[in-house]
Amino acid sequence: MASNVAMAGSPRSRAGVLISGFARSRELTLAAVMIVLSALVATQTPNFLSLDNLGPVMTLGAIIAIAAVGESLVILTKNIDLSVESTIGIVAFVVGDILKQQALPIPAAWVIGIGLGLVLGMANGVIVAIFRVPSIVATLGTLSLFRGLAFLVANGHEINLNDLPDGYTNAASQSVFGVPLFVILAIAVVVVAALVLRYTVVGRLFYAVGSNAEAAATIGVRSRLTVFLAFALCGMLAGVAGVLWGMNFGAIYANSASGQSLAVIAAVVVGGVSISGGSGTVVGAALGAVFLALINNALLLLLLPQEWLQMIYGAVILLAVSTDALIQVRTQRAKARSRIR
Amino acid sequence: MGTGGHSGNARSPVRVLLSVLARWEMLLVAILAVVIWAGTQISPVFLSGDNFGASISGTMEVAIMALPMTLIVITGDIDLSVESMIGLSGAILGVLWAAGIPLQAGIPIVLIVGVFGGLFNGFLVTRWGLPALVVTLGTLALYRGLANVVLGTSYVSNFPSNFTAFGFGYVPGTSIPWTLLAFLILAVIFWAVLHLTWIGRQVFAIGKNKDAARYSGVRVATLRTALFGVSGLVAAFAGIILALRYNSVRSDNGTGLTLTVVMIVVLGGVDINGGKGTIPGVILAVFTLAALQSALRLAGVSSEYQNVAIGLLLIVSVIAPQLARQFRVLVDRVRLSRHGPVRDPVPGEVVR
Repeated sequence: MASNVAMAGSPRSRAGVLISGFARSRELTLAAVMIVLSALVATQTPNFLSLDNLGPVMTLGAIIAIAAVGESLVILTKNIDLSVESTIGIVAFVVGDILKQQALPIPAAWVIGIGLGLVLGMANGVIVAIFRVPSIVATLGTLSLFRGLAFLVANGHEINLNDLPDGYTNAASQSVFGVPLFVILAIAVVVVAALVLRYTVVGRLFYAVGSNAEAAATIGVRSRLTVFLAFALCGMLAGVAGVLWGMNFGAIYANSASGQSLAVIAAVVVGGVSISGGSGTVVGAALGAVFLALINNALLLLLLPQEWLQMIYGAVILLAVSTDALIQVRTQRAKARSRIR
Repeated sequence: MGTGGHSGNARSPVRVLLSVLARWEMLLVAILAVVIWAGTQISPVFLSGDNFGASISGTMEVAIMALPMTLIVITGDIDLSVESMIGLSGAILGVLWAAGIPLQAGIPIVLIVGVFGGLFNGFLVTRWGLPALVVTLGTLALYRGLANVVLGTSYVSNFPSNFTAFGFGYVPGTSIPWTLLAFLILAVIFWAVLHLTWIGRQVFAIGKNKDAARYSGVRVATLRTALFGVSGLVAAFAGIILALRYNSVRSDNGTGLTLTVVMIVVLGGVDINGGKGTIPGVILAVFTLAALQSALRLAGVSSEYQNVAIGLLLIVSVIAPQLARQFRVLVDRVRLSRHGPVRDPVPGEVVR
């Protein structure tokens, strides 16, 4: 009687096991693709790899990455937050406005900005977790609502570089040992988030609720509280991104960050976080943000039309989600096959 | 010898009337009446023919798209890409027109593109089982991107006047825009399909329980894909109307309309989780939205804040039925605790 091991599938070589394990790690695949992509672009425009070019690119990528970490918390719980762009926009404007009117010192303005993000996130959390409105509908509504609040606050004005304190925007171009400041900040956020998600009970709860909310509720997990927390944290991190946005661009409008929700969600999805919840890492989401920033920059340098960017976001989302689904189908089929034998 | 207690079976006329009045559509009629009243308070021209024609024609694109969206939401899916299909169809129409191709040929081409765009959505959702939310989020970006690539930053205008007359013209002698006529015709068709035919039955079946529907012989995948195809077709039609009404196309035509379409559907009483909804409700929601936008415009509210009103309305119209349901559950619980479960009295038992 042949053993089950010998019957279950074809013999795998060492290399095969290594490659399949590699392919199964979304983060490693993404990093590899980025290296290949960068190499290709660098052959066309050697300027690509210079610090002058990569600095600003990575700085913007870091801002999106921080928002992506928050968004992945929400997506892990099997929800979605379309309103992040409006949160980033209104926080950027409010912080800029406070500094323009010199009403408070800079750190206080930051705290208010991040606090505003937290409050907006909690509003989302209340609508989704307490009133049980599906998150797609709820955040479609708050996307508009928060943007309207931004217009209300702006009242037709905008914030220019001159309105901000001297040297305020310099922080965006500073670097430590060649690594932009914002990137270091983003790495810190990602590390903290990753550690919390992996090694604390609260972190594991996000995965639990996203995988199977009912099973989680059965064993006593407060699912609605977890979802509320996810939205609150997402709003808070979007607030952080909003503060950094203001520092990076200097010019802030009521419409600032419009369209960024798609970039954030694309980053999260590309980074391997499953849209049906329960799996994925914030490291992947951050790498996804960097990946998209690199593509954006490559487009620019290769003199391809900027209009392609939207199309690429869409194609990237579809590609990432399709490959995830195909991999899932294949592993399920393989499991079923090995079980039958 | 028991009297009193509940008979529970016969429904008094009062109860029947109450159950009819408690329907969502009745609430909408009430809201519509309130909005119209508010509009007349804001401005004396609110009910004039000119104002009616102008406000109603502005909502016809989203109204038309709300019809297939209703069916899609009832089956438990959603199509976020409609606004980008409007942009893409307009862009293609403009490019064809600018290249000298007459609209008689351009319009069918655009409609076919719309169908294929919708079928692409349907294919990804049914064949590969991807969540409709994410697929249409991706195509939202993809089709908008294609529109950008096709048209770039330029714009096309100067469409032939006999076509633009359809876009912003009225039935001769009345204040009824041609596009309203188109919407009403489509609304009747969709109403008949959803409420009178087996297709509609199957749509509801899929929405209530996809697997049960499949085991009952419903071609779930085919129907879902077809619905997405129809949505793409109708969105392309709406894009053509938009282009003709403005007599210009830009690659950002239609941006932000998805929110409005979803709002109309939800306001119309369609359950966002699927399985429930009516076309008459959606029609009422369309008119309510038109009246609301007209009233806000006459009151001087900018379009940005009108969007806020729409967002608020969206959230409220989803929360309200939840609250109503929870209220009803509460009422039932109270009634149950007070009277106990209803059963027939045992002979000789005294029923209090």
